[in-house]
Amino acid sequence: MTELNKPILPALPESLRSGALKPIPPSQQTALTVRDLIVTFGEREVLKGVTMDIPSRAVTAIIGPSGCGKSTFLRALNRMHDLVPSARVQGEVYLFGENIYRKELEPVTVRRRIGMVFQKSNPFPTMSILENVTVGLRLNGVRDRTLLQERMTHALTMAALWDEVKDRLDAPAISLSGGQQQRLCIARALAVEPEVLLMDEPASALDPLATARIEDLILELKKDYTIVIVTHNMQQAARMSDLTAFFYLGELIEYGQTRAIFTHPKNKRTEDYVTGRFG
Amino acid sequence: MAHFFDAELDNLKQKLLAMAGNAEAAVNKAVQALTNRDHELAVQVNENDKILDQFEIEIDELAIHLLAKAPLATDLRLITVAMKISQNLERVGDEAAKIAKRARDLSQEPPLKHSQQIPAMAQLVVQMLKESLDCFVNQQPDAARALIPRDKEVDQLNKEIHRGLAHLMVADPEAIPRCLNLMVVSKSLERIADHAKNVAEEVVYLCEAQDIRHAGK
Amino acid sequence: MPSVHHRWRKFKDILVQAITCFCAFLVVLPLGLIFYYVLKSGIGAVNWDFFTKLPGPVGESGGGMANAIVGTFELLALASLLGVPTALLGGIFLAEYGSSRLNWWIRFTADVLNAVPSIIWGMVVYGLVVVPLKGFSALAGSIVLGMMMLPLILRTTEEVLLLVPNGYREAAFALGISKWRTILQIVVRTAMKGIITGILLALARVAGETAPLLFTAFGNRFWNHSLKDPIAALPLQIFNYAISPYEDWHRQAWAGALVLLLLVAMVNVTVRFLTRDRFRM
Repeated sequence: MTELNKPILPALPESLRSGALKPIPPSQQTALTVRDLIVTFGEREVLKGVTMDIPSRAVTAIIGPSGCGKSTFLRALNRMHDLVPSARVQGEVYLFGENIYRKELEPVTVRRRIGMVFQKSNPFPTMSILENVTVGLRLNGVRDRTLLQERMTHALTMAALWDEVKDRLDAPAISLSGGQQQRLCIARALAVEPEVLLMDEPASALDPLATARIEDLILELKKDYTIVIVTHNMQQAARMSDLTAFFYLGELIEYGQTRAIFTHPKNKRTEDYVTGRFG
Repeated sequence: MAHFFDAELDNLKQKLLAMAGNAEAAVNKAVQALTNRDHELAVQVNENDKILDQFEIEIDELAIHLLAKAPLATDLRLITVAMKISQNLERVGDEAAKIAKRARDLSQEPPLKHSQQIPAMAQLVVQMLKESLDCFVNQQPDAARALIPRDKEVDQLNKEIHRGLAHLMVADPEAIPRCLNLMVVSKSLERIADHAKNVAEEVVYLCEAQDIRHAGK
Repeated sequence: MPSVHHRWRKFKDILVQAITCFCAFLVVLPLGLIFYYVLKSGIGAVNWDFFTKLPGPVGESGGGMANAIVGTFELLALASLLGVPTALLGGIFLAEYGSSRLNWWIRFTADVLNAVPSIIWGMVVYGLVVVPLKGFSALAGSIVLGMMMLPLILRTTEEVLLLVPNGYREAAFALGISKWRTILQIVVRTAMKGIITGILLALARVAGETAPLLFTAFGNRFWNHSLKDPIAALPLQIFNYAISPYEDWHRQAWAGALVLLLLVAMVNVTVRFLTRDRFRM
């Protein structure tokens, strides 16, 4: 635990954080602390010992070529690997100081605090827009109608979808366009009021206009949430992240302020990847 | 991989190198026209200035075209540095043209005895420019850093020359037109040195990603 | 100008088209003939009495198959009660839980059972239920039909659940929803149409089974009042009437066949209707 006191966090000047409007107490400044994270699937070691700190109320981007382990890393942060029988996770992950992998802790509790949005939007097809947004609450036992209504409105507003759907909340969720469906999935994740939002290439299946809206949304969301986003689009990472981590073959190669990584990376492999001269 | 982009980047570099060579030659010729009182050479320099202007336009166009492809890291720094250097080189060309024009005027009149310092200053400046462009070609940030303080020497020289010429104008009113021309030449040389310093600063940024401009102020 | 090769190719094309068209027609022909023949033979005897009256005394004309129709529905209902929940849960187990080895054995067993001749099912339940209870019964009939439905519904449920994209499960897990809730309230809900289709198809198949009922339900000339008593069913009644020497009963058998056929056809049409492509995504 003494390791926790040595942050492995690149300096993030307050001016870069829009959360600077709401001062963050020091104990809350690092949202996720990852130490020596190793993930193996059967015999194959996919993540080979990753150590990094992820700051709160900021956007951290994870970039790297296919197969570098970035999605595996993301899923280790909310214990999604617990559902894969052949997966084994070693190392430690702390959420605001609490070990999320400790034995007494139910994975479902962790996943209510750390939400996830996927690459392909997946609103539940048999449910309406309203039902989709509140499903996380309802299926976790929340019955209070006022509370559900409140959370739903809030979540849809935060996901910049409220104005577009407020008149047709009972319409089937799949009647929305691709970009709207993805924002619906974001609203669905937000309704549970997580502290961290993990996003696995959330805009890669969308057209440029829808992508731009999602990016704007993320920049708004980072005022209140910690966001970790996996992306293969470097310009996207450059546009909206505060910190960027470059992964290659299961290792964290370089981690620093986005502007530094993209204007003068320190590691040659990072430079090669970022300028498209890999391989 | 980035083959086509690399080819375009290379094209940019080649254009910039060609422009650098042209600007250096322009300064050399202008100084030569001055010291040798060569009217023909001076006219050539003035005509050549159009070519340098065209270079700047082409390089900027190519750079914008490349920027639209959202390059990063070294590529990004190279393109922005290329734009800055081309601007500096174009101004160098303008200064060389000014020197050439004054050289033409001076060659029509008898030479002044006290114009000895100018050739020396010209040599310093030509050397600075050549070295700064070499640093760019050979990617030598340390040599570029070493270059920067020499600008102060040139500034100092310029001040001395101006003072000397001022005295001369008071002492010999007939020499005033020639002195004024020489003052302009000195000022232009001083500006060329400034531009050489700028190029050196850009070289440091390109190689080390450090912005060392305006550090001494 | 078409060359000789081109003309030959065109001819081959048309020939194949003609052959396949003819074969398709041959396939549909028996179904058409069945429908036509049954309709022609049975429509005359289908009347109000047929649906409301009990069978008349032997030899006399008149009477209906009211009890057989009701009996069929009763047997199917009870069989569903017995077979559907088990098969559903089994299908859920196969799709969402279990190990690959265990599941392989379960699937293998289910596929074998699907192929067991129906008369053997009847004999097995005879030994298991009829003998201990010392008589034919509606219970035995329900049990045999339920057991026959089981492997069918098990496999279709499993297949339909496996078709539900994994993305939905992941999305549910990522919201902190527990596994069993995800399965019941998200996955099964998404697959509901397919599951119901599987159940209906199994019902349609089992509705016409005669051989197993011979050994279990046995048939009844009167109304059934207890699970422990024999019960009439359409296929049974048709069989008994058809092998009898009475003209009137023959006609009633045709009517029964028509009703049974329509029943099965209606189920299939319902299934088609429920699974139609309502909108493209």
